Order: sequence, then C-alpha cells, then structure tokens
Amino acid sequence: MWAAVIFLALLHAVIVFAGFIAPYDPVGQNRDLPFVPPTRLHFIDAQGFFHIRPFIYQSTARPQSLYEYEESGVRAYPIQLFVRGPEYKIAGLFSSRIHLFSVEGPAQIFLAGSDNYGRDQFSRILYGGRISLGAGLLATAISLALGLLLGTFSGFYGRWVDESVMRTAELFLVLPWLYLLLAVRAFLPLHISPIQTFCLLVVVIGSVGWARPARLVRGIVLTAKTRKYVVASRGFGASDQHILRRHVLPHTYGVLLTQAALLVPQYVIAEVTLSFLGLGLSEPLPSWGNLLANLQQYNVLVSYWWMFAPALVLVVFSLGYLAVADRILKQLQSITV
Amino acid sequence: MLCFLFADLAPGSFFDEITLNPQISPETVAALRSHYGLDQPTPVRYVRWVTSVFKGEWGYSFAYNRSVSSLLTVRAGNTLLLTGMATLLVWLIAVPLGIWIADHSDGWVDRLCMRTTSVLLSVPELVVALGLLYLVVRTHVLPAGGMVSLGFDQLGRWSKLSDSMMHLMVPVITLVLSSLPILLRHVRASMVEVLNTPFIHAARGHGVARARLLFYYALPAAANPLISLFGFSVGGLLSGSLLVEVVTGWPGLGPLLLEATMSRDLYVVVGAVMSSTLLMIVGNLLADVMLVAADPRVRMQ
Repeated sequence: MWAAVIFLALLHAVIVFAGFIAPYDPVGQNRDLPFVPPTRLHFIDAQGFFHIRPFIYQSTARPQSLYEYEESGVRAYPIQLFVRGPEYKIAGLFSSRIHLFSVEGPAQIFLAGSDNYGRDQFSRILYGGRISLGAGLLATAISLALGLLLGTFSGFYGRWVDESVMRTAELFLVLPWLYLLLAVRAFLPLHISPIQTFCLLVVVIGSVGWARPARLVRGIVLTAKTRKYVVASRGFGASDQHILRRHVLPHTYGVLLTQAALLVPQYVIAEVTLSFLGLGLSEPLPSWGNLLANLQQYNVLVSYWWMFAPALVLVVFSLGYLAVADRILKQLQSITV
Repeated sequence: MLCFLFADLAPGSFFDEITLNPQISPETVAALRSHYGLDQPTPVRYVRWVTSVFKGEWGYSFAYNRSVSSLLTVRAGNTLLLTGMATLLVWLIAVPLGIWIADHSDGWVDRLCMRTTSVLLSVPELVVALGLLYLVVRTHVLPAGGMVSLGFDQLGRWSKLSDSMMHLMVPVITLVLSSLPILLRHVRASMVEVLNTPFIHAARGHGVARARLLFYYALPAAANPLISLFGFSVGGLLSGSLLVEVVTGWPGLGPLLLEATMSRDLYVVVGAVMSSTLLMIVGNLLADVMLVAADPRVRMQ
C-alpha cells in the first residue's frame, strides 16, 4: 500500500517543484536547435577514464542537414548540481534562481530532447504537469463535492429530490462524455486568457463527472440512515444536520477516497484530450495535452520519438493512481468484511 | 428521456458568439446575419430550428453552406461503421476469453490477463492511438489515416472492400484495446460469481458436460449485468471514437464536431451532439430489448 502512495507523492513533489528540478525556462526558445534528440549522459570519456560525475557533449547541427545533430566531442560538460539559472517561483511563492542540475553554456542539456522551437521538453513536461495535474485534481474536487452534496441530499431526503437527481445522474452517466465536453466547450468563448481557460476546463470537466460519485454516495447514505444508532439519535431529537455530520457522512469517506483516486487520472486524461484537440490551454504554455499535440504533425510522429515522452509520463501517473485506488479498495473491503 | 435530451441540447442563446472575419465589412455581416436569420430573437430562431429539424434539415451549416443533415448522415454512418465494428470485435473477444479465464480462474492465463488489463486500463486511448499510428507508419503494415487510399475510385469491388477494411484496422484496434480491459473484467467477474452458485455446483455434480454447463447454464445467468454494461459502454465507445477519429483522420462525427466547434458552426455542433446522442440512445434501446429477451424476470414486469 505505502509503496504506491509514496511513489505517487514523489511524482507530485517533482511536479510541484518543477521550477527547481527543470533546468530551463519552459518557454525559453533556442531557434537554432529544433528537434534535438535527448542528450546522452556519459560516464566514460574519450581516453577511457571513468567519471562518477556524468558529463555530456554539446549537440551541434550536422552540416548540410535538416534537424540532424551530432555530439561534438571537443569539450566535456560535467553536470553541475545546484546551479544558478533562469528565475522561477517555488510553489508560486518564493522566487529563486537555483536549479537542481544544469550544464555550463553554451552546451544545453535536453533530457527529453527539444521541440520544434528548441524548447527543453523535460522542463516543459514538468511545468505541463502543473497544469494537467492541477486541472485533474481541482476537477476531481469539484466532481466529488457535487457528487457528495447531491448524493447525500438524494439519499437522505428521498422522494422527488431523489427521483430528479438520480434521473439526471443516469443521463450524465450514459452520455458520451467527450461529446458533452466538446458541446459545453463549444458554447463558451473560444479566445480567452489562459487563466480563464484553465478555470473553464476545470469547471467543465469537473461538472460532467459528478454522477458516479453521487450514485455511490446515495447508496451508502440510504443504508446508513436506516442503522439503529441513526434511528436512536433521531429519537433523541437530533437535527438532520447533526445526524448527517456525525453518523452518515463518515461512512462515505472511503468511497470518496477511492473515487478520487480513480477520477484524478481520468480527468487528467480529459484535460490532455481537450488540449490535444486544441480546446484547452494554448501555446506557449505547456500542458501534457498540447505537448502531445505536436504528434499531430506527420513528420514529428514519424521522426522524433522523444516527443512521445509526455505520453509515457501520463501512463506512469495513471498507473500510480490506479494502483493506489486498487489498494484502498482492498483495504476498505478488509475493513467492512 | 428523449425529450429531455433534446431540450437540454437544443440551441438556446448560444448564437451570439459567431466570430467573423474582421476584413468583412459590418454591412456584409449584418446582411449575412439576416440571411441566416441570426438577427432574430432567440425564440424565433429556436422555432425555426425545430421546424427545420422536422423538415429533416437540422439547421444550416455556415461553413459547408448546406443543410446539417446532409453533412451528418455521411459522417454518422462512418462513425457507426467504426464503433459497430469495434463493438462487435470487442464482444467477440471479451465474452469467450472472459468465460474461459473465469473457468480457469487463478491459472496463469487468468493472471496474465489480469496483469495486462490492469496495465491497459491506465493507458489512455490517445496514447494507444498515437503509439499504434507510430508503429503502423514505421512498419508500413497498414495504411494510416483517412478512410480510403488515393485512387480508390479506380479499384474493383473487392479491392475497394479490402482497402476500406485496411483503413478501418487502426482505429478499430485502438478502440478494442481501450475498451477490452473493462469488459473482460466484467465478464470474468460475473461468470466467476455465477460459477460459484449452488445450481452450477448441482449441475456439475450431475455430470453436465463442461461446454454445456458454461454456455447453456452459466452464461444466461451471468448475461444480465453484461447487457446493461453494453448500454453504458456505447457512450464510452462513442467518446473514444471521437478522439480516435481525430487522431487517425477517420471522417466520422468527431472531426466534424471539432471543426465546427473551432469555427463556431453552431448548428453543426448541435447536430453532431444530437446524432451522437441518438446513436447512444439506439444502443441503450438495443440493450433494453436484449435484456427483455434474455431475462425472464425483466419480461415479467
């Protein structure tokens, strides 16, 4: 259980401290270095000596060629830790210039290659994670809050509230969500500021997926409210609010946690999909979706395999979340049985 | 439910957003707007739109300059072909395989399937589609993108068919790969549950042959949740197909909807969403009919 959780937490820490770990500015361009393949780390130099500190060679364009590079073995650039680089903000609060690693200029280290403007993919993936994961997490929060609220009302008060909420929930469940997202997105302005777009994405994604948590919460509330201690509490004159808070809602926490672990990757993927289709955040801001959108160009898809790196990161994240969800589910079952 | 859907998705006040080229003079814009009736108040436009739906036109596309329904029928047919093929294939794989691994649960094939599906579950469709495209482009096994090859019209009947089939492969495989894990797990789960019930034990005790036991006794008992799942999975498949269509260049509803969203061709957006909803409702209806056919308890109600 804890291995998966710690792994996931580490991944998130990497994304939160993107500014520190990324060696370059995500929007800093090197127009003369488009589509550089990932820089190779060397340990053994030309004379055959082993170095504990890895070093790289500068990637230079091969003469008379387009987008082909070779390593110039003239000078080795050792990787340096805690170096000063472009300014960034730690968690959006303190500004700093210290980066975890980098190399001396004029060499550049591209751990995941560079894109068509010569921007460092590695830095862009880390910064893009902030947007994609942030959107996923916030949208999950919205979805769960809506689901909890509506599910509780519908389970606790029953009758017409229950009827109407559950019918709507069924509708949302069967609708093809991507069409729904696109339709909602279509009726909202197309060109707006990045922050507005982000909020819009979060709200749209979050409000489409409330149905499943709502149904689960309703089920739990329905069984919880018939428990003897709830009936007893009601007999002693407890208010609805008190019963809900003390006796009913604690039952739902487990389900909410599992749902959260399942929904976050789904919503991250939803954000990625929308950005991929060009309806999310737009360039130059990176998000995993618009990083992947580069692959819509045929030549990029065929020739530059490192442009798939964001996809790999995405898969690792969803694997992590699903593993955690699986664990939580097993834990819950072992408690209730 | 149908009525509600229509009311929900019908155009209300969304038409103020049509962005037009700044090079076009305001008079031309005004003339265009009055030509398409966009200067009318919302209720009038709504009534007009509804009458056009009843006339079978479903409004008018500004970008394509023709009625929306003429656009949609072709596109929806393509989407239907794609999702239909994918659905057929995925059920043909999932049901026998699911039954088999349920029968041999905890065998190595079972464990292998569970492992593979849990990995596949966390690979999004987008990544599957892109990866597959990459493979296809690299190896030249299958054509990538589009629906037919260049020079399709010159081909004979059989080579036409095989050409279309080849083009179908990439999107269909993507859809199958992304919807198989969930389905397989459900089939397995419901079969395992049924196989542990007393009546199956009794049948087994009476020496009923294995194949007869599995397909004649257990499968009908396990079918109920699976058929409901079919209804739900249609929506998922449609969503998936939208993305896959865009990535692989399959001319279905997906690219049309995306284009229309980008260019604010709102009647087309509404039409595409409604026809996808229609496809989905038909899927659900089919599931209900099958449920009635398969489950005597439902028939009793």
